[in-house]
Amino acid sequence: MSRFTDQPSPMAQPKSFLWTRRVVLTLLLAFVLVPVYVMLSSSLKSLQDVQGSFKWIPHSLTFKPYIDIWKTIPLAHYFVNSVIVCISATAFSVILAIFAAYTVSRYRFLGRKVFTVTVLSTQMFPGILFLLPLYLIFVNIGNSTGLTLNGSRLGLIITYLTFSLPFSIWMLAGYFDSIPRDLDEAAKVDGCGPLGALFRVVVPAAVPGIVAVSVYAFMTAWGEVLFASVMTNESTRTLAVGLREYATQNDVYWNQVMAASIVVSLPVVAGFLLLQRYLVAGLTAGAVK
Amino acid sequence: MTATAPPRRTPEAGPSSGKSAAGGRLRPRIVERLRQGGLPYLLLLPAILAELLIHIVPMFFGILISFKNLTLFYIHHWNSAPWAGFDNYKAAVKIHQPIGEALLHSFWVTLCYTLLSVALSWLLGTAAAILLQDKFRGRGLIRTLFLVPYALPAYAALITWTFMFQQDTGLVNHVLHDQLHLTSSKSFWLIGDNSFWAMVIVSVWKSWPFAFLALMAGLQNIPRELYEAAAMDGAGVWQQIRKITMPSLRPVNQVIVLVLFLWTFNDFNTPFVMFGQNPPHQADLISIHIYQSSFINWNFGSGSAMSVLLLLFLLVVTAVYLLVTSRGRSENDV
Repeated sequence: MSRFTDQPSPMAQPKSFLWTRRVVLTLLLAFVLVPVYVMLSSSLKSLQDVQGSFKWIPHSLTFKPYIDIWKTIPLAHYFVNSVIVCISATAFSVILAIFAAYTVSRYRFLGRKVFTVTVLSTQMFPGILFLLPLYLIFVNIGNSTGLTLNGSRLGLIITYLTFSLPFSIWMLAGYFDSIPRDLDEAAKVDGCGPLGALFRVVVPAAVPGIVAVSVYAFMTAWGEVLFASVMTNESTRTLAVGLREYATQNDVYWNQVMAASIVVSLPVVAGFLLLQRYLVAGLTAGAVK
Repeated sequence: MTATAPPRRTPEAGPSSGKSAAGGRLRPRIVERLRQGGLPYLLLLPAILAELLIHIVPMFFGILISFKNLTLFYIHHWNSAPWAGFDNYKAAVKIHQPIGEALLHSFWVTLCYTLLSVALSWLLGTAAAILLQDKFRGRGLIRTLFLVPYALPAYAALITWTFMFQQDTGLVNHVLHDQLHLTSSKSFWLIGDNSFWAMVIVSVWKSWPFAFLALMAGLQNIPRELYEAAAMDGAGVWQQIRKITMPSLRPVNQVIVLVLFLWTFNDFNTPFVMFGQNPPHQADLISIHIYQSSFINWNFGSGSAMSVLLLLFLLVVTAVYLLVTSRGRSENDV
């Protein structure tokens, strides 16, 4: 399924190309990696070190920031909030996307085009456009029914699941298209209904695509700032908003900020890099359509 | 499951993945539609409901409240907020009065920011994708490392950049002033004119891996024979890039430039994490400008009117862009 073709170049490359490649790639690598290095090295410095002029090489290394981050602000609490919100949003988003993508891929129904275009275009609209009215809707739903959506995890879960939904549907529909239709038909001959065919045949065959979509959905939710900053309160605050609290104290504990940034980045970066082949394959399957 | 026998389709009547299946076989399609009944809609229902609740309904609701005088006082009973007619819109477009002037300024800042960021991101993405097209040692590792900015949560990366741009303790001034002696004193990066450039640099850093990822996928679809044929005819690497790679990437470029434009134009995270709720005048992007007029000044009517204007602008830009690029493409193909 890998789409990277690792073939040798069709002809020997001239020196000018090789040198351009070396120089450009080196500069790009530096641009990409310097912030990562700053994050890593500063997270191992003492407060005194990060408060002085920047040093490429730390004087001494300490793991203290990684211990202190949990005390300075209720980081663990925010972490739990983020995990709950993001895992739930991902799970629901992927399930809804599987149903929708299967329908778009396997059926020709009235309004199919309208559905796909509408859903995809919502992805492109400014978040700020939904934020104000959605906030009001949540506040008013809370007032009239007692169902707290504003400031609750549930409200954030519902919101986040729709953020990744359009792209997930699009990506999965592309993936499902690449699964031979004969497989569904065979399952139906064996007595499965359409849903049976979906879950016994199509879903197992589409695991790479589903993994890719899940990672994408989780990353989208994990990094979201705008809605989290308005729709959470003290007890439901997520990492995206909570991390700013290191900076609103009298002192900015930059070493702790960097340590916390690494801790919150690790789950997504590790997941992404481990599964990047699937992600690229899924993206390609969607894009090739 | 349902009691009825599952509909068995002959391959040609089935809705095969291509659009071509639609032509000519009208009768089997209608029969099939009747057989499948409401199932497609039932399967779509959850997704549709979620989209309705979070996107579609709020959008229309937003248009509605842009005609209202909705302040903090009415927030719990928006219904009783007085109608404002077109007042919110009038205030937003009167460019000689404070509100309109500030909005126009914010619009220009956003436009410059977006054009710069998209152009640079596209350039870096294209260069990296092309340079990594052929196999060489370390290629896989470099590809992975290039994706790190895309994988990092936006706020973690943005906080790190904010640290790097600090006046006395940041890396940027350390390099420019202490090491290269390019500046006579340590400059401020997060206030004043520099804040705009700081924001552009960070934005490019964050977005270019997306262009890279999409272009890499696009490169996989160029038939190898094209390069082989060109090499046979004596075309060098540079010529191959100019004559084969770049034209073949046009469809991918059409999409990523638009997507990057829309994302960057709506960018909220970058100024919000770097500067907080009150960004410097030179970095007052439109999203945060609207956010401020809504949640800081608690004037939802005015904020909504600005959002609607923003949406209209983006719709027009998208429509014109698609029209122009598609026409250019079809002319080239003929």
